Amino acid sequence: MNRYPLWKYAIMIVAMAIGLLYTVPNFFPQVPAVQVSTNKPNVKLDNALLGRVEATLKTAGVPVGYSALDPTGVHIRFQGGDTVTQLKARDALLKELNQGVADGTGSYIIALTNESTVPKWMQSMNALPMFLGLDLRGGVHFLMQVDMKGALDRAADRNMQDIRSLLREKRVSYGGVSKSGETLVVQFSDAAERDKAQVAITTANTDLLLREEGSGGDLRLVVTLKEEAKKKLADAAIEQNQKVLNNRINALGLTEPIIQRQGVDRIVIQVPGASDPARLKDVIGRTGTLEFRHVEAHVGKNSAQLDAAKNGSVPFGLELLTDRQGEQILVRKQPIITGERISSAEPAFDGQNNQPIVRVSTDSQGARILREHTSQNIKERMAIVLIEKGKAEVITAPTTQSELGAQFQISGNMTTRETSDIALLIRSGSIAAPMEIVEERTVGPSLGAENIERGFDSVKWGFVALAAFIVVYYMVMGLISAIALAVNLLLLVAILSMLQATLTLPGIAAIALTLGMAIDANVLIMERIREELREGAKPQEAISAGFDRAWATILDSNITTLIAGIALFAFGSGPVKGFAVVHCLGILTSMFSAVFFARGIVNLVYGARKKLEKISIGTVWRPDEVVTKPATLDAQ
Amino acid sequence: MEFFRFKRDLPFMKYALIFNVISALTFLIAVGALAYKGLHFGIDFKGGTVAELHFNKTADVAQVRTAVETLNTGEAFVQNFGSPTEVLVRLPIVQNISNAQMGEKLFGAICGSSRPLNEAKNACGEGAEKIELKRVEFVGGQVGRELFESGALALLLVIAGIMLYLAVRFEWRFAVAAIIANLHDVVIILGLFSLFGWEFNLPVLAACLAILGYSVNESVVIADRVRENFRKMRKASVDEVIDNAITSTISRTVITHGSTQIMVLAMLLFGGETLHYFALALTIGICFGIYSSVLVMAPLIRWLGVSRENLVKAEGPPKDPLEAEKILA
Repeated sequence: MNRYPLWKYAIMIVAMAIGLLYTVPNFFPQVPAVQVSTNKPNVKLDNALLGRVEATLKTAGVPVGYSALDPTGVHIRFQGGDTVTQLKARDALLKELNQGVADGTGSYIIALTNESTVPKWMQSMNALPMFLGLDLRGGVHFLMQVDMKGALDRAADRNMQDIRSLLREKRVSYGGVSKSGETLVVQFSDAAERDKAQVAITTANTDLLLREEGSGGDLRLVVTLKEEAKKKLADAAIEQNQKVLNNRINALGLTEPIIQRQGVDRIVIQVPGASDPARLKDVIGRTGTLEFRHVEAHVGKNSAQLDAAKNGSVPFGLELLTDRQGEQILVRKQPIITGERISSAEPAFDGQNNQPIVRVSTDSQGARILREHTSQNIKERMAIVLIEKGKAEVITAPTTQSELGAQFQISGNMTTRETSDIALLIRSGSIAAPMEIVEERTVGPSLGAENIERGFDSVKWGFVALAAFIVVYYMVMGLISAIALAVNLLLLVAILSMLQATLTLPGIAAIALTLGMAIDANVLIMERIREELREGAKPQEAISAGFDRAWATILDSNITTLIAGIALFAFGSGPVKGFAVVHCLGILTSMFSAVFFARGIVNLVYGARKKLEKISIGTVWRPDEVVTKPATLDAQ
Repeated sequence: MEFFRFKRDLPFMKYALIFNVISALTFLIAVGALAYKGLHFGIDFKGGTVAELHFNKTADVAQVRTAVETLNTGEAFVQNFGSPTEVLVRLPIVQNISNAQMGEKLFGAICGSSRPLNEAKNACGEGAEKIELKRVEFVGGQVGRELFESGALALLLVIAGIMLYLAVRFEWRFAVAAIIANLHDVVIILGLFSLFGWEFNLPVLAACLAILGYSVNESVVIADRVRENFRKMRKASVDEVIDNAITSTISRTVITHGSTQIMVLAMLLFGGETLHYFALALTIGICFGIYSSVLVMAPLIRWLGVSRENLVKAEGPPKDPLEAEKILA
């Protein structure tokens, strides 16, 4: 009655083999590496690049231990594998491939990474180590709140300008456009003109909802965004922000950033192993928006007005700002164009005099507005302003030399450092909606290593103590339970690795806790077997009845634990979610190991013996006996 | 080895009233502590900034406190964290200071002018004077509220799910008794956290939910036995049936909880400060879990008036062949 058919043993062996295959990668060390990749579509990652990288490192005297090319780029590991060599290699590659430019504007991204040393054949079977969470390897986590109202407000600003220039272009006479919140109101004195305007606006922009208001000489057209357009705008704003964040983080040479949308208006950023969180925060935190504004007065123009403003009487619609040279200038509050219109900005050199410049390109709408504005304002100054948390900062305020179009350049007495800074700021400014950091978790690498050790120690010593207790209490049957528990651990780690789950400290705690709880199933079975023996069942019958009877109870109790685990998963966040995943999976693997696997071993040990007289399951005490029996029980 | 040697069933039900009074008292103390002192919520639920600092020599907590007070953040906690070289600083949410900069400002103030910051702004000073910023966490007020709400929702969902399951699997009396017994555990965990002013954070909430699911196991095992006994012990009274069910499962209950506690103890000893409160909550939950499922749930099902008819009739023909044998015999 206690025999498994061959296929059941086969399942046990296969489960063990798969468990081992997927658990083992976690024990291969991670070594420092350098990855060369690109975010430019016209730069090719090919064997020529690999050769160039190898040659560069050879001349720099960096001992290369491993180099390979795959679709994600060139990967280099080093002999000795220390971080000093890694940094040396990065610097050498930066010099050769990017001319020393490290702000992401170069052709290549040269990133410091950690690569796993798992053999190729294992990798090809997807046998990879688990990801380590930020609390285990150090790194930063940010949750950004995107200000949707701000995005809508700015969309209304943009539409107001568009409507103005459109009506002027179509020669519609109107009384003025005003804005309150997200709503625009266009005034008319003539119904025919209003109709003309309505046709013009609806054909130009299908996202707008128009409503007629007023009567007689006071006619109005109320313009709002359609609901679906609002949603589209919000989605586009989040997407744009995500792209900007991604570019900025890549520019710092950090790979594997996780940038995800969370909920309606939030973005999660996780950068594991970031060695320089302050710089990262600085770059991510630059959540301001960029505006090109007309300079109304500076030292060489309207100086009377400027002096008055300095004394406190700033005219309506203007504001007093300080430019980079420290001079005060008076600029219009109303922007000419905003950062969204900018498609790129790069530091470059002027072809004629080899001066450092910033090359800027705009989209077609931006180009149209700029052309219109600059054609009337040649030799005037234009301020490029970064607005962060309500405060405006002038990045640069150059003089317009000619009519500007879709591509123009900013020049004038700048160093290469300044041009690359300005380029970065102009690009950084092109986020679509303001953002704010609402949650931050930064963990230093030393704490991460400590946490790994703590988690690992907890599991190790807990397991040893538990196994020792169970073996002492239940003897051979206890040993079998301990083996089943080890299999449980193996399978749990294997499944987590297969799923490429992220392991966190609460996750490791969940592994320990789950093992502690999983032993419940074994205890239930053992106690049932003892009870059967106590009631006088023959050993083989007792084993069979013990396993069968305990099963219903095990199932019941595991389902309630599973309910708790699922609720935690559904409503938990971050590390708690990790805890829940491990907890739920551990319950499932424990049912397999404690019931199916343990039964298999028991069958192997005891099942074949026809005349089994005793099971080594510790003392089975009977109330009617005065003297306790030794650790075995004789069959009756 | 065999820890539990009972010659006859222990008369738990005879003393049910006493146990219920003890439970009611501990429960009231816990609720009183919660009502009077409230929970000491961590930044996960309240919002604020936490920074963990490592000093190369024994940290001067008073000096750190003075430095923190210059920031004028209102209530600020500065305390040793695990060892004398580690210091934990906790600040509330401060209006008008950009959230992201709070950590930096704090570290700058603690380092003072005598210890220059390094380039990465995560360490300052040299040699024995060195201070390292090991961890900074900031949670905004809105996020904290949301974490709190979803935590509460998770708790409700677990309670509803378990009750529903038990009601379907057994009977509504078991569901009610089991959930009261186990909420009793959770309330006592919360009560002790409130009484001693321990920090209640996300991992502790996770521990509470895990305990809720885990403790119900005990109730399930006992309920299973009660049902089985109603079938087997045809002539026995309800009290005898329950007494026998508890006596025959108590060995398993104690050993299982003991095993789980071995693991939790390892966490408490080796897991460091981060897992400390998590392991502590589990320890309380496990200890009270034994008590509550044996001595709270069982009397409750009797008060609720469980009887042989409730269970055995409602069951229909047994599916388990072994059970069938037993009944036919």
